[in-house]
Amino acid sequence: MNVPASIAEVERALRERHYVAERGLATVIFLSLRLQKPLFLEGEAGVGKTEIAKVLADLLNTDLIRLQCYEGLDVNAAVYEWNYSRQLLHIRLLEATGAHEQEALKEIFSPEFMIRRPLLQAIEDRDGPPPVLLIDEIDRADEEFEAFLLELLSDYQITVPEIGTIRAKEPPVVVITSNRTREVHDALKRRCLYHWIDYPTFQKEFQIVTTKRPEVTADLARQVCRFVEELRNQDLYKLPGVAETLDWASALSTLGAVSLNEELVVDTLGTLLKYQDDIQKIRAGNVGPLLEIARATNGEDRAR
Amino acid sequence: MQLTEKIERVDANRDFSHLPENVVLFARLLRRAGMTIGTGQILDLIRALDLIDFGNRVDVYHTARVILVGRREDLPIFDTLFELFWNARTAEILEQRASELLPSVGSFYPIEDCIPDQGNVDESTPQTVQIVYQEAGGDGDEADEDLEPQTKVMLAYSSDEILRHKDFENYTSDELQRARQLMREMRWKIAQRRTRRFEAHQLGRRLDLRRTIRRNLRNGGEVFELAHRRLRTRPRPLVLICDISGSMDHYSRTLLQFLHTVEHGLDRVEAFVFATRLTRVTRQLRTRDPGVALTEVSKAVQDWSGGTRIGEAIRTFNYAWSKRVLGRGAIVMIISDGWDRGDIATLRTEMERLQRNCYRLIWLNPLLGLPSYQPLTQGIQAALPFVDDFMPVHNLDSLQALGRHLEKIEGRRPTRRQKPGDSATNGAGTSFRERLLAARAAKAKTAADDAPPTFLYVDAPTTSNERRR
Repeated sequence: MNVPASIAEVERALRERHYVAERGLATVIFLSLRLQKPLFLEGEAGVGKTEIAKVLADLLNTDLIRLQCYEGLDVNAAVYEWNYSRQLLHIRLLEATGAHEQEALKEIFSPEFMIRRPLLQAIEDRDGPPPVLLIDEIDRADEEFEAFLLELLSDYQITVPEIGTIRAKEPPVVVITSNRTREVHDALKRRCLYHWIDYPTFQKEFQIVTTKRPEVTADLARQVCRFVEELRNQDLYKLPGVAETLDWASALSTLGAVSLNEELVVDTLGTLLKYQDDIQKIRAGNVGPLLEIARATNGEDRAR
Repeated sequence: MQLTEKIERVDANRDFSHLPENVVLFARLLRRAGMTIGTGQILDLIRALDLIDFGNRVDVYHTARVILVGRREDLPIFDTLFELFWNARTAEILEQRASELLPSVGSFYPIEDCIPDQGNVDESTPQTVQIVYQEAGGDGDEADEDLEPQTKVMLAYSSDEILRHKDFENYTSDELQRARQLMREMRWKIAQRRTRRFEAHQLGRRLDLRRTIRRNLRNGGEVFELAHRRLRTRPRPLVLICDISGSMDHYSRTLLQFLHTVEHGLDRVEAFVFATRLTRVTRQLRTRDPGVALTEVSKAVQDWSGGTRIGEAIRTFNYAWSKRVLGRGAIVMIISDGWDRGDIATLRTEMERLQRNCYRLIWLNPLLGLPSYQPLTQGIQAALPFVDDFMPVHNLDSLQALGRHLEKIEGRRPTRRQKPGDSATNGAGTSFRERLLAARAAKAKTAADDAPPTFLYVDAPTTSNERRR
């Protein structure tokens, strides 16, 4: 596998793929690749946790296997399932050919009759480099599911009672994300490198907007980022993430805006804020002052 | 439930022929006190007693204990009842002592027969009350020493009876100790929530294909037997938010004790305390020893007995914690007297938000125990429309009622009004008591405002029908 040789190289490789990462994140990615330990990313919604896995897969030139978690996710959906209808058909076939013996029947619990789900796919032998396994929003799954993961994450192996233990020749690159809607068990965290992704600084966010949305003018991007930065200092129930900043920039650019004004902001606030209380609060008199700050900094930057 | 059998007492002459009856009688006594005793255990005990020296009290005690007691919490009950049973010479004496004892021993367990209704407690146990008055009268100490051991036990439990009705506020430190003990013995159960995960169950409605195929392999793969599965249930998470401001001073210690017992009695409990600001105390309360845990809590809390800002506290909870602890259909309990010195509008907004985010919102108010109390303070008035249950929490009895309530919470969300702000509450999903209180509050309020009498019962459907006509 083509593992970057230094933290700086990780940073550069990410930037080439339009992912602007803070130094801390680049470091933890580097370590995760080097130490072959799973990466556990936590952070508010929309700060680019899932995106990292995609970029990593591209960077390592390998497949991305994604497991979206949800409540009730079980072994059947995450690891493997037996192909019941095929098993039943096979039994019929055995009957028809007269090979009706207990030994023959055992065949139906062989790999042939197995449906491979993401976790098993990720550790099975394959051509080419090991894949990137993204276990997305693990906090949505229930505690029972975390227990399944423990064996996988510490030894990169899975035990199927009917077959035995399947072990990865080369461990996959594992990225686990969580939105912190509940605490994930320590046993799981202990097996991973933990990183909290914060909202980016103004500079980083500006870079993100200009890289990801080249159609947005630099002036507008600067105003947008400053406005959002100020918005995050407000007392809001749900603060806008980077994803919202990008949406907003796109929306403004689609409307043909080159600079922020009050009417535009009020009309497009729904792309940034997703709670009615928050929207009302900002509309009720905060737009003006926020705009002033956003525009003022624009001037400063230009002066610089 | 009456213990009607005669004890042909296993006496000094040790007539072994009545052993089975006596074992059954004893088991029934334990069951009456809320312990779970299966028939298998009874049979085991009869068999086991055959193997030991039946005259040796210590041996009998340990044999019975090892077979009948399955939980540590049951030990004090078992000890008391064993003592009682061993010393009772006739069935009458046993019945009499048991009935003196059991209402209080059994009271923490949800067995309908042995829980007296709040109203008739005093009628059903007049003797007990009398004895306690004597004790409370001051001549108890000397008399105590002459009493036989079982009578002492009875006295202890009689004062427990009083203790159960006594407002936390009026506890002496001894009583507080005893109440803590009683609280520790309370068992908490909480309503179940259906998860999205399956468990094997013969009565399940869905087919479990994997197990069906495996099971039928021995029939040569011919499917004779179907295996089923159903959705598993789990207890709902519980979040406790307790007011420890100055006005709650008399209750705080006891209530923290309560938080501690709940934390240890249930699986997933998060606890917070607040006066002017919110502090999470879940980790502190996890310490086993309640004394140490409470010390840890007081170290963590910086605003003991400060002023109250309920709105702010709930706001902090909503912003910083709700997303992390309110998943999976949580039940939230706020414990406060509603004396709020903060912003009422904030309280209203945040209560509304909190109610939207949890499965059930319960407000426990110690003042609700006072007969004359009416929820008229601004704080309570602002919060009440968004509360699903409004319950007292001022003595052990009310805690017990709360326990029963938690266990019974339905599998369906209470019906909530789209715009609950207009009038306090409506019928669906609210307890009768709450409606009564709300009506009383509304009445008092309108009366105070000198409003014309037609508006007195705006909520009552009959009145509105009449008006329509």
